[in-house]
Amino acid sequence: MNPATQSFIQEASEILEGLDVTLLELEASPTDSARIDAVFRALHTLKGSGAMFGFTALSKFLHHFENAFDRIRSGEGTVSADLIQLSLASRDHMERMIARGPDPEAGRPPDAETDALVEKIRRLVETMQPGSAPASDGTPTMRRFVIDFRPSPDAMRNGLRPDLLLAELADLGTADITCLGHHVPALEDLDPTVCHLAWHVVLVTGAGRGEIEEVFLFASDGDLEITELGPVGEPASAPGSASEETPAAPEAAQAAEQVPSKSTSVRVQSHRLDELMDQLGELVIAQARLNRISSDVQDSALAGVAEEIERLVTGLRDATLSIRMLPVELVFGKFRRVVRDLSGELGKQVKLDTRGGETEVDKNVIDSLTEPLVHIIRNAIDHGIESPQERAARGKPEHALVKMQARQSGGEVLISVTDDGAGLDAEAIRARAIERGLLAADQEASDEQLYNLIFEPGFSTAKSLSSVSGRGVGMDAVRRVIEDLRGVVEVKSRPGLGTQVTLRLPLTLAIIDGLLVKVAGVPFVLPLSSVEECVDLPADEKARESGRALLRIRDELVPYVNLDTLFGFDRLDEDDRRIVVSSVDGKRMGLVVDEVVGQHQTVIKPLSIYHRGIEGLSGSTILGDGSVAMILDVTALVKRAQAARRVAA
Amino acid sequence: MTKTILSVDDSKSIRDMIGFTLEPRGFTVIGAADGVEGLAKLGSQPVNLVVCDLNMPNMNGIEMVRKMRADRRFDGIPIVMLTTEAQKEKMMEAKQAGATGWLVKPFDEAKLVAVVNKLLG
Repeated sequence: MNPATQSFIQEASEILEGLDVTLLELEASPTDSARIDAVFRALHTLKGSGAMFGFTALSKFLHHFENAFDRIRSGEGTVSADLIQLSLASRDHMERMIARGPDPEAGRPPDAETDALVEKIRRLVETMQPGSAPASDGTPTMRRFVIDFRPSPDAMRNGLRPDLLLAELADLGTADITCLGHHVPALEDLDPTVCHLAWHVVLVTGAGRGEIEEVFLFASDGDLEITELGPVGEPASAPGSASEETPAAPEAAQAAEQVPSKSTSVRVQSHRLDELMDQLGELVIAQARLNRISSDVQDSALAGVAEEIERLVTGLRDATLSIRMLPVELVFGKFRRVVRDLSGELGKQVKLDTRGGETEVDKNVIDSLTEPLVHIIRNAIDHGIESPQERAARGKPEHALVKMQARQSGGEVLISVTDDGAGLDAEAIRARAIERGLLAADQEASDEQLYNLIFEPGFSTAKSLSSVSGRGVGMDAVRRVIEDLRGVVEVKSRPGLGTQVTLRLPLTLAIIDGLLVKVAGVPFVLPLSSVEECVDLPADEKARESGRALLRIRDELVPYVNLDTLFGFDRLDEDDRRIVVSSVDGKRMGLVVDEVVGQHQTVIKPLSIYHRGIEGLSGSTILGDGSVAMILDVTALVKRAQAARRVAA
Repeated sequence: MTKTILSVDDSKSIRDMIGFTLEPRGFTVIGAADGVEGLAKLGSQPVNLVVCDLNMPNMNGIEMVRKMRADRRFDGIPIVMLTTEAQKEKMMEAKQAGATGWLVKPFDEAKLVAVVNKLLG
């Protein structure tokens, strides 16, 4: 297939994916002119380029489809449930038409399915009733938020300046700020250092919720409520904001028109990004070699260049990693359709709520996320959420809610799926685990430990097999994929209230900041994100070979392990051994090493087959002198050390 | 008038880095090696913002924040805590004690300047 056709197929599948989302949004708000336009534009683009690349049948089909939306656009028809249903079916049909490739030279014989759909569209267009003309062109990028903010009473004493926050907020767009002073006490009772004021802000902005939350990052201990009222141009639903919106809207519309011209994008095939990343990885390794040579040679001119190159490589690394970052919304978007279809199939009523879609993660993480999330969502809808009758009997709202949330937390991205269903049944899990030999019949296990058994291979408690889930291949596959991404899966559940599955994923997979250490002369790398500090091992501790391995660091007792003993190395006769203090789940733990070499930009390479099964290693890397160093998995090491101590006790 | 920033950290290289970053931008930077020295410096001259490490000998960061907030002379002075990725829980403790904001190590010049500007305007 020639590259131009390939490029069309890629573009078309992206357009169809977007169309899916837009159609479902349109179903929720059928008069949204911006979305009607978006559908029309998508169809129009596909029709034009389809004809150009030899997809003649597709183009002809699209002509009818586009026609229907053109009528609606000009106010001669309205969006109906039938239209959405038909549009979704047509969309899926187009996907198949594209998959079979360009039409042969002689043209394609008419097929029954296409004809049937065309006939349905034609009939629908004929029966269209003129609706009220939709409003003028919407501006989907400009949204209106209502923000209610009351700082904690201590905020001003603690150095927070609400005026700066409000100014920062106003920089995001057009802000209408009202100060609420009715909590200010009478003069004789007034403590001028206590914050009594609150603010009500109506903000029209092109920024997302995340950017607004960022403004209030340090004010999270106050009361903060951010409500999104939707795109500008739709009637505002909150009382009190109606009067303010009229002057803001025209300006906002102008601003939005300027936005697209500023940010243009280039489409790049993903394997080129991977190549760029590989090259960058090699560059980082070469740069480490240069640094090493420079420190051996002790030439100031060379040292200057080496430092300059190090700075440039770091900048290049950050820029390259940011190119690879994509919003989680790309994955979330697909699930509106999945949830809609699944809940229909299983006779359940489910609403999907997504938050934090603007959170960015590495492209490779995005690519691998869809499958595990599908498993989790399927499990939630199939096993978690009760039938509407059961829900009614338990006094729950008829529509179940599935929430997908993403947020960044330090070097990790947390993605959680929460349902308000029946929760996990600890007893059923216990029974099943015993039956499957995962648990001894008399073994004590907390609910939490039981919940985690659902990730074991071959585990499934479904009462009957359904086409959706219940073959027991779901959750263990989820855990495998997430662990391959160096992530962690956690599950929380409350009987009768619902279940939450959280995926903790690293921001990037390719290059991390590491701390290079040596144990018995062998180099190892610790991820810097799990290192808290490095301290000297006091002289009197060195002699001790066994006994209680606890060290007092600034009045706090920290347990520690000797990495050489743990790995079975011979003890070196070092007199300045160091302890690297790391923290796992809030617990501090010291790892004794012979030498801390320093910070090291670590290009992560996979482990060989021989090393893959070893607990405590998460990858390997190449150092400046060409030697290989193992990357330590601190979480696993700490767990292993704790387990070993329990056995010893 | 130039604004004064007090950098409290037992690591000289961190104090230097804060000085090298902020002095060219028109701030006066003074240093203290632990909480005790930090409180002494605060009492002896006007300070507009404190950048404070969590782990320090003699008096750690959280204790220093508590002492500062108990002293009405220092009302309204923002405190930025330096933390590492692994110290999340400590950070919440510091926030409750009265810290204003935080900066996660390792940080670069741009992040430091952004946080200082966010708090001082």
